[in-house]
Amino acid sequence: MEKIQEIRLHGRGGQGTVTAAELIAVAAFYDGKFSQAFPSFGVERRGAPVSAFCRISGEKIRLRAQIYQPDFIIIQDAGLITTDPSVLQGAEKCRGILINSEKKDWPEIKNKNVITVPATKIALEKIGKPFINTALIGAFTAMSKLATLGSLRRAVEERFPPEVAASNIAAMQAAYDCVEVKIKEYKFSSI
Amino acid sequence: MNKCIEGSHAVAETINLCRPKVIAAYPITPQTHIVEDLAKMKANGDGGYEFVRCESEFAAASIILGASASGVRVYSASSSQGLLLMTEVLFTIAGMRLPAVLTCANRAISAPINIWNDQQDAMTLRDSGWIMLFAEDNQEAVDLHIVAYKITEALRIPVMVNMDGFVLTHTFEPVDIPEQKEVDAFLPEYSPEQGQFLDINMPVSLGCFATPADYMNIREELAIDIEASKKFIKTQLGNYKKAFGRGGNALVEYYGAKNPDVIIVAMGSVVGTIKDAADELMEKKKNVGLAKIKCLRPFPKEELVKVLGKTKFAAVLDKSISLGQEGILATEVKAAAQNKLSAKIQSFVVGLGGRDITKDSIKEIFQHVQKRDSGLSFVE
Repeated sequence: MEKIQEIRLHGRGGQGTVTAAELIAVAAFYDGKFSQAFPSFGVERRGAPVSAFCRISGEKIRLRAQIYQPDFIIIQDAGLITTDPSVLQGAEKCRGILINSEKKDWPEIKNKNVITVPATKIALEKIGKPFINTALIGAFTAMSKLATLGSLRRAVEERFPPEVAASNIAAMQAAYDCVEVKIKEYKFSSI
Repeated sequence: MNKCIEGSHAVAETINLCRPKVIAAYPITPQTHIVEDLAKMKANGDGGYEFVRCESEFAAASIILGASASGVRVYSASSSQGLLLMTEVLFTIAGMRLPAVLTCANRAISAPINIWNDQQDAMTLRDSGWIMLFAEDNQEAVDLHIVAYKITEALRIPVMVNMDGFVLTHTFEPVDIPEQKEVDAFLPEYSPEQGQFLDINMPVSLGCFATPADYMNIREELAIDIEASKKFIKTQLGNYKKAFGRGGNALVEYYGAKNPDVIIVAMGSVVGTIKDAADELMEKKKNVGLAKIKCLRPFPKEELVKVLGKTKFAAVLDKSISLGQEGILATEVKAAAQNKLSAKIQSFVVGLGGRDITKDSIKEIFQHVQKRDSGLSFVE
């Protein structure tokens, strides 16, 4: 059985954490893979910590448990790292951690494969509002290659009205480019 | 068409394909997305049904009762407290022999208040006279709804399709949604026979008063008909497989080792996690199997006894409990096994109120059931 790729996303209510997981799953599906996305089933409140899960595999996914040892962690709000202990669960052994931040050093994270992307800055520039999730999924796919940018674009286009989709795709592309450059620069180890 | 969509949305699309005439519902988490989507489809002009926004679940159940009595295809959905508020009417729908399909997005029951998944809501309705089906994944949820209409309209016994709240209803995964013409061919327009519904040209009374001279006979007849419905349910599941290439006619599906020492009995979405855990156990040469219960009512005793066969240990997983007894499915399995099986049968209560069920917890159950104790166990 092929190993399922598991992604855990952390954000706050209102940041589109669940939507981001769903968009990644839909994009992977368009790439011909099996995928699954689900929320952590919290009570929906703006600002409260939220997590979501995504699995991608070449075979049908049957497993329904939450993800405790992810392959990738996406952190939408860096403030959660020190306040929510579940964010770094399994961080040591995961293949990569993506953080919405401009900060370079993360001594609290015991994993060298940390990539940051200024998703809030990109979102403000391209969308005009701090809607960061599409920028982050663009950055994520540059980092993990678990979905193609073309399929992500299609997923975003289907989800949002044309104008909203266009600005979000611009943010996604900008974040993708930003991470592509970083990966070449830093020779990201195991990815 | 194969799509990667939310379970609730997949069910809503499927219900629309089944062409109900009346949908009545009251929103409750985690059922909400299903009826919201159906309301949206109606508002967009894509739904050929009346959508009744009710003042309560009691009203929603009463409205589908009335609509079904007038001879049209009906649908509702609920969860948890909402399902319990429908209870009185659900017994009546079954007793009146009215066809209906209802989705239960399974959720825990208060108190304490909890919006997450378990199956206490549906299990509390097990004596209501509804046929009760349980879906393992969103594809099966889609398929079972189409079969449910076929069953309910032929047998005049209502059908509840259960899908785990959040775990299925809120999960995006690939689902093949059939084409309208395929569904139409399998499920033609509902046309009840004269005398079976309220018709001014052929006046009848439905839901009459029954004195001790008749009540017991009517209930006995219903009990016999529900017991006998197994054969028809299997036939329809088989026909569905012929038409759509999915599913199968087993009411108890077996997965796992050829000669298992341990069989885990379960229903609903946890079955997927058990399959993955069973594969890992089998890789380590452990003889483990899974008996998936697809139909709780009528209870497929004969099939289950056959599947459990010569196994030494049966661990029955329940996402519900009969307080003061044990897991509800466990009691049912023991009743079916009486004088027929020698296996040790033990009750494991899992996943109450949304507690996550991991592969490790399944492996722990596999170990535990082979120990000496036989008491009820709550799996953390």
